[in-house]
Amino acid sequence: MVGMKNILLPDRYVNQVVPTNGFTTLLTFFTSASMAFLIVFSVAISFAADRLAHSWSDSLANSATLRVSAPKADLESQTEAALNVLSNTKGIASFRLLKEEEQQALLEPWFGPKVPINNLPMPRLISIEEDENGYDRAGLRLRLAAEVPSAVLDDHTRWRQPLIKAAYRIWFLGWLSIGLIFFIVIAMMVLVTRAALSSNRKVIEVLRLVGATDQYIAAAFVRKFAFRAFFGSALGAMLASITLFLLPSEVDQTAVLLGLRLEGLEWSWLIVVPLSFFVMTFLTARISSLSILKSLA
Amino acid sequence: MKSVAYSYGEELLSELNVSISQGSFYFLTGPSGSGKTTFLKMCYGSLNPTSGELNVFSRDISELSRDEIAYLRRKIGVVHQDCQFLDHLNVADNIALPIMVSAQNSLSDSVNLKELLNWVGLSHRAKALPPELSGGERQRAALARAIIMSPDVILADEPTGNIDWEMSQRLIRLLIELNHMGKTIVIATHDLNLIRFTKASVQARVLRISNKTVQLAGSDL
Repeated sequence: MVGMKNILLPDRYVNQVVPTNGFTTLLTFFTSASMAFLIVFSVAISFAADRLAHSWSDSLANSATLRVSAPKADLESQTEAALNVLSNTKGIASFRLLKEEEQQALLEPWFGPKVPINNLPMPRLISIEEDENGYDRAGLRLRLAAEVPSAVLDDHTRWRQPLIKAAYRIWFLGWLSIGLIFFIVIAMMVLVTRAALSSNRKVIEVLRLVGATDQYIAAAFVRKFAFRAFFGSALGAMLASITLFLLPSEVDQTAVLLGLRLEGLEWSWLIVVPLSFFVMTFLTARISSLSILKSLA
Repeated sequence: MKSVAYSYGEELLSELNVSISQGSFYFLTGPSGSGKTTFLKMCYGSLNPTSGELNVFSRDISELSRDEIAYLRRKIGVVHQDCQFLDHLNVADNIALPIMVSAQNSLSDSVNLKELLNWVGLSHRAKALPPELSGGERQRAALARAIIMSPDVILADEPTGNIDWEMSQRLIRLLIELNHMGKTIVIATHDLNLIRFTKASVQARVLRISNKTVQLAGSDL
């Protein structure tokens, strides 16, 4: 394939026959940099949303909370009864009555530290972990209704599912954005190639006059665009990674964008993005330039 | 050419029946707008005849693919009146352009560029950019570019149109020298002095375009 050979081999002339000045060169470089920046950010958002969804899904899927609300006089006996029911339920790996300090800690974000919860009509909370087989939720609810009517089993489904859905929507939107950005890059390359060929009609005429094939002429243009797109996108991806690195970490409670980062193999996107820009730009510019050259013949 | 015609909407050339043999020297004359440039452009595949059969190197040009047309142009050197160059490349690079586009990445197997620059008298201008050249220098650079691939045929369209008589003579001497080397030369011109000057040194024939067709001119020139 002459085009591929010319683009990869260091042929000084292929590089030189098209003038380097012109806005299309700069446009390709900076647009690629901007798009790569956005893609890396979209990738980071998608992975963060995916991690969040898995975290909510995995860590809370096997746990539940039993809330015992009863008048103070009956609270202890009702709690005892609830613990008794749980101890006789198959599929429960462990359960634990939360201590007063733990309940106090749960309320701390709303009421502040050292709230005297003894004076408040507070329910007792029992944390439940199920085993790998799981327990019969409906059966447990029926037993509790009969034996401990003041107990309410909360398996977190009510608030967990919308959160997981939201996280997956963000994940989907992230990938959709990446697809749209790649589409924009392709559209940009078609326009840039068209503009470059139009503004270099004289160059094309001269090259044809001396016996250049369309593949050679296309390669001369494509080579410029492909390398500009590669270096521009590499710069954009690098700037995006630096920005991600500088974002507040999860530990920082003031961080708004919790978990927005790349981890492990996800960093390979910093290589994947410039390479995909190179391939996309090469193919798009080559197909559109050959098509334009055919129409100019 | 067998019954070749060309039309830009309105018929410009018709019933062209011409055969140009290898190693011959031809002038193509006719008034401005008579179709001299069109005739030459058809010969190197830049324009396709609207009818008739045009064979170049024994191949029907209308049946050639675009790549084959490109290869054909490597065997035909073309010199234009306006001498198109790549203005961002220097003279030496412009002259070497046909070799480079033909995927010969080295000049070593081909004509020695220095010798060629010397032959057309442009050794001292090798690093100059085309806009810095005079009219005569541009024509000689165009001729050097046209012959660097050692083509069998050289087509020149009004090569002396923008240069003075002395420079015209110098250029035509180079073309005569090429003809003596066996190259076929076709020059489109309306300069009768140039034709007379050439005929004094070489057996040149004159094709005259008149009334949309080409006729071999008599010895009155």
